[in-house]
Amino acid sequence: MSATDRFERVPSLPRSTRDRQSLVLTLLAGSIALTMLTPMLWVVLEASQVPSDQILEILLRQETLDIFLNTVFLVTAVTIGSVLVGVPLAMLTVQTDLPFRRFWTVVAAMPLVIPSYIGAFAFISATGQGGAFTDVLAPIGIERIPEIDGLVGSAITLTLFTYPYVYLTTRASLLSLDGRAIEAARSLNHSRLSAFRRVTLPQLVPGIAAGALLVALYTLSDFGTPALMQYDVFTRMIYVEYDAWRLDYASIFSLLLVGMAIVILAAESRIERTDEGEAYVNRGTDRPGTISLGRWKGPALAFCSTVALLALIVPPAILLYWLGRSTGGIGGSYEFQWIYAWNSVYVSSLAAGVSVLAALPLAYLSARGESRWASLPERSSYVGYAVPGVVLGLGLLYFTLHYVDSLYYTVDILVFAYVVRFMPQAVGTLRSSVLQTDRKLVEAARTLGHSSLSAFRKVVLPLVMPGVIAGAALVFLTSMKEMAATLLLRYPGFETLATYIWLVRSSADYGDAALPALVLIGVSGLSMLVLLWRGYDVQE
Amino acid sequence: MSKNELTTTTGQYVQAPPRTAPTGDVVLELAEITKQFGGETAVEEISIDVHEGELLTLLGPSGCGKTTTLRMIAGLTDPTEGTIRLDGEKVAGSSTAVAPENRDVGLVFQEFALFPHLTVGENIAFGLTDDDGADEYGRVQEMLELVDLEGYEDRNPESLSGGERQRVALARSLAPEPDVLLLDEPFSNLDVRLRIEMRQEVRRILKEAGVTAISVTHDQEEALSISDRVAIMNDGQVEQIGRPEDVFGHPESRFVASFLGQASFLSGTVVEGGVDTALGLLDNDQLDGSIDAYRGAAVDVLVRPDDLRAKPCPPGGTDGEIVHRQYTGPAFVYQVEMDSGDVVHCQHNHATDFEHGTRVCVELQAEHSLAWYPAE
Repeated sequence: MSATDRFERVPSLPRSTRDRQSLVLTLLAGSIALTMLTPMLWVVLEASQVPSDQILEILLRQETLDIFLNTVFLVTAVTIGSVLVGVPLAMLTVQTDLPFRRFWTVVAAMPLVIPSYIGAFAFISATGQGGAFTDVLAPIGIERIPEIDGLVGSAITLTLFTYPYVYLTTRASLLSLDGRAIEAARSLNHSRLSAFRRVTLPQLVPGIAAGALLVALYTLSDFGTPALMQYDVFTRMIYVEYDAWRLDYASIFSLLLVGMAIVILAAESRIERTDEGEAYVNRGTDRPGTISLGRWKGPALAFCSTVALLALIVPPAILLYWLGRSTGGIGGSYEFQWIYAWNSVYVSSLAAGVSVLAALPLAYLSARGESRWASLPERSSYVGYAVPGVVLGLGLLYFTLHYVDSLYYTVDILVFAYVVRFMPQAVGTLRSSVLQTDRKLVEAARTLGHSSLSAFRKVVLPLVMPGVIAGAALVFLTSMKEMAATLLLRYPGFETLATYIWLVRSSADYGDAALPALVLIGVSGLSMLVLLWRGYDVQE
Repeated sequence: MSKNELTTTTGQYVQAPPRTAPTGDVVLELAEITKQFGGETAVEEISIDVHEGELLTLLGPSGCGKTTTLRMIAGLTDPTEGTIRLDGEKVAGSSTAVAPENRDVGLVFQEFALFPHLTVGENIAFGLTDDDGADEYGRVQEMLELVDLEGYEDRNPESLSGGERQRVALARSLAPEPDVLLLDEPFSNLDVRLRIEMRQEVRRILKEAGVTAISVTHDQEEALSISDRVAIMNDGQVEQIGRPEDVFGHPESRFVASFLGQASFLSGTVVEGGVDTALGLLDNDQLDGSIDAYRGAAVDVLVRPDDLRAKPCPPGGTDGEIVHRQYTGPAFVYQVEMDSGDVVHCQHNHATDFEHGTRVCVELQAEHSLAWYPAE
């Protein structure tokens, strides 16, 4: 403050000014959170218009029970499969003398790059009659590879492309383990195995469970994979019923699906709460000593290679095979056009921008708010995780059709759908960025004569910028891959990479889908770079 | 007034030697400040005047409310009751709450809180307003010179040592010429050797800048060595405030006596001419204030280890037994359990070596008057 400034004292602010500032922030965050909830409201409204006796009839039908059981089977199978693949990979890459450990560390996380429906598409196009494998293997006498579809096909595909969630969370837990605790256990006369069981494992369980729940949630809401594999789970059937314009069925199924998602989310939030506080304490601790694999080195390498081969080599190879054999499309409106790629980039960029703008107040309030309710808007924005794309699409379709005609079949509503669905990712990265900036820095800026707004602009914003960019990138990349809501909400003639793959899924020439699929793999490969850059510690 | 009544009942300060009153105008005035968090009272009716140019330290154990007091002065927390005046103007209290940025109060944080995305120079310039514009560069240079960091303006905070970070934090807070500078546990993030060096250095910088400063610490040695005045806080209240020599030599309460250094108490009875203790009669002139009015009362007299010596005695004529010995390098401190039941500490140079269990005589060798308290 200059000398003149010292004489021109600013009049005392009433105490309520500070309250008013936080009230504005709370209202802003609250209204954003409420907006996020609207699509769900419309599904509930639609369902409430179904007569109660019909609801009962739908619920009690054998078909509904079958769909429910199919969904449970698939979620269970994929979750177990992911733990069986993800946990050993994490242990091998963190705690053993596996050859080329750094290489496997990165490779094991890579399948996340491939959208699961593209994997499903690749496997379907390769197996069964007229599949790529049959073509390639025929000369060596293998006539027919059994078709991969249904429960087995969906479960294998989803496991191959979602196990990295378990791998990454388990790995993070392993890395945060305090090696000294294990040494302490051994100095207290526990064998290596007993120390693992009594010290390591209990600390790993939250990490494994967090990853497993992510996998369960992803599987539950995934539309593309079971749809392509023709396995009747809720997501697929909601779309089928909608297609047949049986909205009563579609809305009841939607509510059931959301109910299942909420159960999984509730379990997940309990786990997150227990280990959130410990996420930052792993500084300066000793790493547990590495375990020598000995004669298990061979089998361990074979295991890693098999997973990598199936998830990373085979699907792109199949796509490239079809691309090479492409006859130039089946002509007409189904031919691939680069405008589809541009459409994808366009709507995804808009979604990323809007998401970050909306996420910032939610994240800031949640991380810095003092009231008990401060994190409520942030928590409620997580509804996006609970609402599968197909339900979200249906809700918004109903909403625009009945209430806001002007939004029906527009890019705006599509962008809004992406924001609702994927903004939680931006909130997450932003929140942790805000938490990582020292609260004292803002106070320092205030005592140096800056208003809270100026302190935010000059201190907080530059420091959370990496989080803003990462959040935007994540929303962009996941929006690019989104299929179900895009299918429901796109206006006629507006195709994206994902919807184009859906359109040509059953065409005779798989080559049409190969190019957009490869483009999508390339694009989402960038998401891995973002994750790496954000220090999700895929390197050591 | 209540304070005076209290001292009258304990009798101790009725004729206490006059303390040198701080000179200069009152810059900061805390009047009956209370702060409650939920149902907990963190600070209770604190009143302190801080005078221009002085360095006042709030000293107390953790949880005593000293940091909360500091944050209320800075405007980062509002007092529940009471008023704070800065340069005569009310900045907090009854429907007033001047925002931190509108008070001319600087704050040096415990962890220094340097902005990691800015250079040293940009950090120091952060508090300068735009109208300083042309002179900004000059002011930064001036500050760097003051804290002995010339040529550091383009460095990143990460590349600095602990002591250098503290210098930058000081420079950053001093650059806008605050009316009052607050220092929150300024030395706790430094290692022991650096801490002692920086005490002198920080005092030099503050005095050279001529700023009025309030520091907060739980380290009594630090408080006594850097401050012009020390306010000892306990349980949300100020127990005593005064020059370091006065609070150490004449603590007004047992808490202050114990917190400022090793303290033992000799129990005794007030008799004609003094106090009768296990070490014999202590004369009136060996005691703080007038004690005559309390004839017959039981009192405890404060004796510090350097006031007492243990001596070999003939068997039968001893005062007590050595029950513990602590060797600190330059000195021995012996704990003596007196036959009267009192436990006292005697400090000796490192050459005087008594075995554990030796019976000794204890002798008072104080050249100053002793504080005393009504027996508990």
